[in-house]
Amino acid sequence: MSGGGPAHGPELTATAAAGDSPQSAGAAGSVASSGTPFVEARPSIWAKFAKSSPLAALITQRLALSVALLFAVSLMIFGGVEALPGDFATTYLGQSATPQAVENIRKELGLDQSATTRYFQWLGGALQGDFGTSWASRNSVSEQIGKRLGNSLFLAFFAAIISVPLAVGLGMLAVQYRNRLPDKIINVVSLAAISLPEFFVGYLLILFFAVQMGVATFPATVYESMTFGQRLSAIALPTATLVLVVLAHMMRMTRAAILNVMSSAYVETAELKGLSSLRIIAKHAAPNAVAPVINVIALNLAYLVVGVVVVEVVFVYPGMGQYMVDAVTVRDMPVVQACGLIFAAFYIFLNMFADILAIIANPRLRHPR
Amino acid sequence: MPDLLSVRNLKIEATSYPPGEAPRTVTLVEGVNFDVQKGKVLGLIGESGAGKSTIGLTALAYGRGGVRITGGEVKLNGEDLLRLSPSGIRKVRGAKVCYVAQSAAAAFNPAHRLGEQVIEASLKHGIMSRAEAEKRALYLFKVLGLPNPETFGQRYPHQVSGGQLQRAMTAMALCPNPELIVFDEPTTALDVTTQIDVLAAIKHAIEETNTAALYITHDLAVVAQITDDILVLRHGKMVEYGSVKDIIEAPKEEYTRALVNVRGTARDEAPDQTNTLLKVENITAGYSNGFKVLQNVSLHLPKGQTLAVVGESGSGKSTLARVITGLLPPQDGTISFDGTVLPKALKGRTNDQLRRIQMIYQMADTAMNPRQTVRDIIGRPLTFYYGLRGAKKTERVKELLEQIEMGGRFADRYPAELSGGQKQRVAIARALAAQPELILCDEPTSALDPLVAEGILKLLLKLQDETHVSYMFITHDIAIVRAIADSVAVMHRGKLVRFGPKSKVLAPPFDDYTDLLLKSVPEMEIGWLEKVLSTRRMESAGN
Repeated sequence: MSGGGPAHGPELTATAAAGDSPQSAGAAGSVASSGTPFVEARPSIWAKFAKSSPLAALITQRLALSVALLFAVSLMIFGGVEALPGDFATTYLGQSATPQAVENIRKELGLDQSATTRYFQWLGGALQGDFGTSWASRNSVSEQIGKRLGNSLFLAFFAAIISVPLAVGLGMLAVQYRNRLPDKIINVVSLAAISLPEFFVGYLLILFFAVQMGVATFPATVYESMTFGQRLSAIALPTATLVLVVLAHMMRMTRAAILNVMSSAYVETAELKGLSSLRIIAKHAAPNAVAPVINVIALNLAYLVVGVVVVEVVFVYPGMGQYMVDAVTVRDMPVVQACGLIFAAFYIFLNMFADILAIIANPRLRHPR
Repeated sequence: MPDLLSVRNLKIEATSYPPGEAPRTVTLVEGVNFDVQKGKVLGLIGESGAGKSTIGLTALAYGRGGVRITGGEVKLNGEDLLRLSPSGIRKVRGAKVCYVAQSAAAAFNPAHRLGEQVIEASLKHGIMSRAEAEKRALYLFKVLGLPNPETFGQRYPHQVSGGQLQRAMTAMALCPNPELIVFDEPTTALDVTTQIDVLAAIKHAIEETNTAALYITHDLAVVAQITDDILVLRHGKMVEYGSVKDIIEAPKEEYTRALVNVRGTARDEAPDQTNTLLKVENITAGYSNGFKVLQNVSLHLPKGQTLAVVGESGSGKSTLARVITGLLPPQDGTISFDGTVLPKALKGRTNDQLRRIQMIYQMADTAMNPRQTVRDIIGRPLTFYYGLRGAKKTERVKELLEQIEMGGRFADRYPAELSGGQKQRVAIARALAAQPELILCDEPTSALDPLVAEGILKLLLKLQDETHVSYMFITHDIAIVRAIADSVAVMHRGKLVRFGPKSKVLAPPFDDYTDLLLKSVPEMEIGWLEKVLSTRRMESAGN
């Protein structure tokens, strides 16, 4: 923070210009490189927009990047699935896989067409929400995923609304009592939770709450006929498992981010104003620690949606993860591709959302000079 | 009159953790006594490490980092702050005693509006209602001469300048009507032309509100303008304590005399300024956002001489150095060195061209790899430019260390084990290792204490006599210009305002900017500030 405010922008662009990186050239007018005569800078429309409302410009940029990234991922998923060894037709037919039968199935599934054609057909469908037909069950992939995704989001939502406030609150508490007993207890417990594999935590919870005490429902399978209350009771244990798994990570990051800010001069100023330590943490430290915390929260939220395969299997919960694993074992490519793309979309958009929130949280961008 | 603040026998300790050794208790301050009466200002003066900030913070019963106040008493209105409970101390901080930090830019919370931060302490201590506090903040903004006082509080810290932030910090300290304010180097980070305004504003505000103050600084000339008494400190002990007049005009101790006379050196400019080494012609440069940091700058520097480039922050002086090194290719103009035009960008230059221009930075700390020993730091250019290795390299490193008056025993130390002045010397040795013809010095002494800075300047002059190296010396300090320069370039907002031999540039008739710059440099003279301000008023009245 040398020199304070206005140095930030120019410094950043300065390194870009000095390093001869061309990427910012188009966006920010003219970059003088060796040999080119200096021309009067004529800012483009984008440059004007970026100058008048840097916030909107940055957000637009992030949105565009996310969409571009999603396209790249779709290409990678398709390519990756293409490159997998093995063949659905051979697996499906098993012993009766005569060349003729294999050929017929390939034709039926459209595998005789070129990869490029199939990619664009798949992408075109996906953009309209149609992920094709499952090879194994001959059902619409979109329809099946719809139900599964609903279940996954239901579980993730409850895990998130419990774990996020809890993590941030505990993190602040740990800072308030840093290096004292409450902080140490919080640290040890969260370290233990991080270190135990999630299936182990899951089985422990089942052992205590479902088997010995008999207060929880197991398996956690949900059906369409269940009421909301029944569903909640069914997902209690998997939710608890997920909370334990993601809590520690977010809590520790909150603690580290706030502690980092606590050593800054403005926190000293707050202390020398005679403010209470809780007010210092909540009012002066936390707002400046938002960006890293938001990022970790987003990562964990993404994990709650896309990384819960193991927990779903342990609790026999009909979510996306299990669906994808099943599809992989039978080489049901449309399902694998659809799941992959949806997972990627969640990851990318949650992270983009975190990025945008962090940008908005920065007063320099929110209130330009 | 009873004393407002009375400090007796103060002892302050900290625990240091030297690598690989058992923790040690270090005594930072010992046996310090002083008093401050209501409405009076006491100046605490000394070099860094003298313990002046540490002592200042004891008035708020605060120890920065692991610092502990272990002995003595700090009585405010007869009540010993060191015996108060934590909640008792909180009632004093921000209410009876307030603090103004050196870097207001860092001390304001970037996430909140200035107005909220200014009135926060008054509200939280229940001293006044929100309406009253806002009214007082507005009054203070006006007293301190802030622009648009009505809307100033609506702004965020990044939206105002450094000088304005420093004044806002003073407003923040004055807002709860405290009995004592601790000013911790409030103008050190500012440009001289800004410093004078902030000094005047602080002085005016203190007089207006009749608040007592502790004024901490390393600059005797500044303290002479604003305080009633001065306490000179060194290594955490009292050196001399007396009225401003006694200390400035008749210092008793040798150390105080050295501080008073630190700006005495001056050297005559070289008579012959024709043998040009560096020639900068019509340089225009800027960053990719289209803003031109340098506009049409032309200057030259003779062999074996020193060109001082003076200007405030933002005047483009460091950018000029970057352009000359090739780090920032100019948009227009040429740079010739020893008769040949240099390629604009760093990439286009030959190794030998790179070798002949070296650089020294303001922050020696950040310009050195903390994981490398002094031997590696100085040895790197030896290997890079001269291919020296093994015993030859060791020998040369030792020679260079002798040359900078440090000696070979420093070769195996890490930067963290050196003092600020020693680090800057190592940085000079690294530049010298390349045997350059030109060294660009970017404010190499502005982060150092006056006496240490003087030592560095003497070293640079000695090295110039020995090796006939040329310096382009970037600074904002006119005293340094007088001490070392042969020719001077004054820069303002990216343009060259004045350029020529020192005797011509620093002699009348002046242009407006140079005049302002020269008149803003505090002089070691009581009443200087009033004199300058009244001349300014007269001039503006005359216009």
